[in-house]
Amino acid sequence: MALYNNGLWAVDYGLFRNFDSNRFIMDDFLAARMQMALSLGFHIIYACIGMVMPFFMAVSHYKWLRNGNDVYKNITKAWSKGVAIFFATGAVSGTVLSFELGLLWPEFMKHAGPIFGMPFSLEGTAFFIEAIALGFFLYGWDRFNKWFHWFTGVVVGVSGLASGILVVSANAWMNSPAGFDYVNGEYLNIDPIKAMFNDAWALQALHMTIAAFASTGFAVAGVHAAMMVQKKNVNFHLKAFRIAASFGAIAALLQPLSGDLSAKDVAKRQPAKLAAMEAHYHTQASAPLLIGGIPDPENKKVDYALEIPGMLSYLAHGNFSAEVKGLDTIPERDHPPVPVVHYAFQVMVGIGTFLMVLSVMLLIAFRRKQWLSARWFLMLFALATPLGFIAVEAGWTVTEVGRQPWIIQGIMRTADAVTPMPGIAWSFYLFTAVYISLSIVIIFLLHRQIKMVPVQYDVPAGSSQKH
Amino acid sequence: MEYIVITYLWLAIVLYFLLGGADFGVGIIEMFTSTKNISRTRRTMYHAIGPIWEANHMWLIIAIVILFVGFPVIYSQLSVHLHIPLVILLLGIIARGTAFVFRHYDAVRDNMQEIYNSIFVWSSFITPLFLGIIAGSVLSGHIDAKAHDFATAYVFSWLNWFSVAVGLFTVALCGFLASVYLIGEAEDAKDHHRFIHKAKTMNIAAVCCGALVFLAAQVERVPLANWIFGDAVGLSAVILATLSLVLLWTQIGSGRTTLLRILVGFQVTMILLAISYAHFPDFVIIRNGENLSLFTAQAPEKTMQALGSALLIGSVLILPALFYLYYSFQKKKVNGS
Repeated sequence: MALYNNGLWAVDYGLFRNFDSNRFIMDDFLAARMQMALSLGFHIIYACIGMVMPFFMAVSHYKWLRNGNDVYKNITKAWSKGVAIFFATGAVSGTVLSFELGLLWPEFMKHAGPIFGMPFSLEGTAFFIEAIALGFFLYGWDRFNKWFHWFTGVVVGVSGLASGILVVSANAWMNSPAGFDYVNGEYLNIDPIKAMFNDAWALQALHMTIAAFASTGFAVAGVHAAMMVQKKNVNFHLKAFRIAASFGAIAALLQPLSGDLSAKDVAKRQPAKLAAMEAHYHTQASAPLLIGGIPDPENKKVDYALEIPGMLSYLAHGNFSAEVKGLDTIPERDHPPVPVVHYAFQVMVGIGTFLMVLSVMLLIAFRRKQWLSARWFLMLFALATPLGFIAVEAGWTVTEVGRQPWIIQGIMRTADAVTPMPGIAWSFYLFTAVYISLSIVIIFLLHRQIKMVPVQYDVPAGSSQKH
Repeated sequence: MEYIVITYLWLAIVLYFLLGGADFGVGIIEMFTSTKNISRTRRTMYHAIGPIWEANHMWLIIAIVILFVGFPVIYSQLSVHLHIPLVILLLGIIARGTAFVFRHYDAVRDNMQEIYNSIFVWSSFITPLFLGIIAGSVLSGHIDAKAHDFATAYVFSWLNWFSVAVGLFTVALCGFLASVYLIGEAEDAKDHHRFIHKAKTMNIAAVCCGALVFLAAQVERVPLANWIFGDAVGLSAVILATLSLVLLWTQIGSGRTTLLRILVGFQVTMILLAISYAHFPDFVIIRNGENLSLFTAQAPEKTMQALGSALLIGSVLILPALFYLYYSFQKKKVNGS
C-alpha cells in the first residue's frame, strides 16, 4: 500500500533551528514529517518494483511458454524471487503506513479519513487480490495449468498497478481537495466519490505509473548490464536486460509528455508549487525557464541559473508571452520551502532527460547489435541503475514539499495535523534504524541471489530444449 | 449500510485473529520446539503457511481501512493514546514478515539463517502480545482522553494488568490455533502426535491465561464478568465455546483434521463474540465514561454507503479467489504427499 507524504527535508524547516541545542532532540513536528518522509521514501521504491516487475516476469514467462527456451523460464524464476522479497517488504511497509497516518497525523485523519477514504477501501481489495495471486504464482509452478499459472502472474501486476493508481488518488486529493464544503472549520456535504475523482488524480497517477515503469526498468536492466560487463552468464543476462530495458525505455520516452501535462496542471491548481519548482519569485510575463541555479530565499533571487527566455510561460500556459504567477502573489506564510523543491525538480528533470537519451541509444542498439555487447554501452546502463529511483524520490519531494505548509492544500496546515504525543523524535530514530538495516539486508540478499545465478540457473549453451 | 460496515469490521477482526493468529502461532510453536525436531517443524510450517500468509495478514489492513474511513474519531483516538504499543506492533509486523521471506529467499544457506530464525520467532511472539495488549486497552477503560501528564495519557493507557493479561491470552490462543492447524499438516505419525501434544499444552496455557484475564479484570475493575455472564448472547457464546472445547479434546486423536480446525475456529470466534457483544455499540471504553460508539463516532452517511459498497464489491472479488487459494494448496498437498 503506497501512500502520500507529508513533507521532508530538514534543511528547509531549519533542522538546526529546531534542534533543542541542549538535548539534541528534534522538534516533534519536524520528527513526524521526517518519519513520514522516510517511511514513504522507503515504501515507494518497494511498491514500484512490486507492481512493475510482475509485468517483466509475465513477458519472460510468456516467451518460455511459447518457444520453450529454458533461459526464459530461469529468468522468470529469478525475477519472481525478487518480486517475493520486494512484495513482502512493500506489504509490511504499506501496513506500517496505514497506521502511521494516524500515529503521526491524527487530526488530519479524523477529518480526511471519511472524505478521501474511498480509494483506500478499493485499494484494500486490489492489494488483497495481489497477495492471493502472488500465492498462486510463487507456489504454483508445476501445480496448475501453465496458462492459468501465467495468468495469476499477470493478475499480480494488474492488481498491483491498480492499487498504486488508487493510492495516488488519495495523495492527489491532498493537492486538489474535492468532495466536501469547508464552512467555518467544518467539513460538510462530504462526497467520497467526488473526492476520489479529484482534478489532480488522472495526471498524477499517469506520471507516477510511468515513473514506476521507467525506474524499475532501468534499475533491473542496470543490474543485468553490470553482470554482462563482468561476462557472467551473458546469454541469461542479455535476455533479461532486453525485456527490462525495453519497458524502461518506452516509459522514459513517454514521461516528458506526461510531465508537460502535469506542469500545466500544477500551474493552474497550485501556483505556489510551480513557483517553488522554478524558484520563480516574481510574477512576470515571458517568464524564463531556469536550469540549475542556487535560490537565495533572503533576497528572492536565483544565482548562476541558465535562463531560457519565455520557456516557463510556454511550459506552464502554452504561450511564450503569458504571465506566470510568482511567489510574490502568495502570502509569505503560505510559501513552500523554495530551495529544496527547486533542487528536487532539477534532479528529477535532469535524470529524466538522461534516461531519455539512454532510451534512444537502446533503440539504436536493437539495430546495431554490437552495442549490446560493448563494454561502454553496458557500463552506461549499469551506472544508471539507481537513477530512476532517485528521480522518483525527487519527484515525490517536489509534490510533497511543494504543497507545504499545507497537508490539505488551502484547508489544513501540516502543523495543525500532527499528533499531540511528545517524543516523536525517538520513534523517528527507531524507524530510521529499522529501515536502514532492512535496506542493507535486502541489498545483501539480492547480491546473493545474483551471485548464485550461475549455480541455480546455468543452462549450458545450446540446450534450449522444447517442452 | 452502517450495519454492513460494522459487520465487515467485526469479520475482518475475527478473520485476522483466526488466520493471522494461526500464522503468528506457527512462529510461537517454533519457539517451543526442541532443536531435534526444529528443522522438520520448520519445513512443515513453511509448506503450511508459505502460499497463504500474505493473504492472512490482509485482514488487518481491511480492518484498519474500515476504521479510518468509517470511524475516523475512533481511529485517531486510538492512534494517539496507544501510540507506543502500536509502534511496537508495527516493528513486530515488519520484522516478522521480512524475516520469514528472507530466510526462504536467501540463496546462500549459512549462519544468517540463525539470525532470520530468531527474529522470526521473537517477532511471532511479540506481535500478537502487543496486538492483545492493544485489544485489551481498547476495553480496559484506561484510555483517558483528558489526561494531562505523559504517563497517564500514553503509557498507563496500555500498561496495566488487564491489557497485559489479554496480551498473554492472545499469544496462547495463537499458539493453540496454530498447533491444531498443524495437526492436519503433519508429515508422519510421529509429527502428528507431537502436534497433538502441543495442541493440548497450548490449550491448557490458553485456559490459564483466560483465567488470568478474569483475575486482572477484577484487579483493574473492568466489568468483564458482567459483560460476558450478564448477557444472554455472551453467556451462550461462552457455553458453546466450552462445549466445542470438550468435543475438541475427545476428537483430537481421531484424525478428523477438518473437524478439529472448525472446532478451534468456532471456539475462538465465540470468545470474540462474547467479549465484543455486551458493550456493543461502544467500541472504545474511555475512562470518564464517554465511550466511543460505533454509531455516534461514525463517518457521514454518504461515506458509509460508499464504504459499504466497496466492501461488498471487494468481497465478491476476494472471497472466491481466497477460497480457491486455500482449496488448491490443500488439495495439492494431499495429492502430492
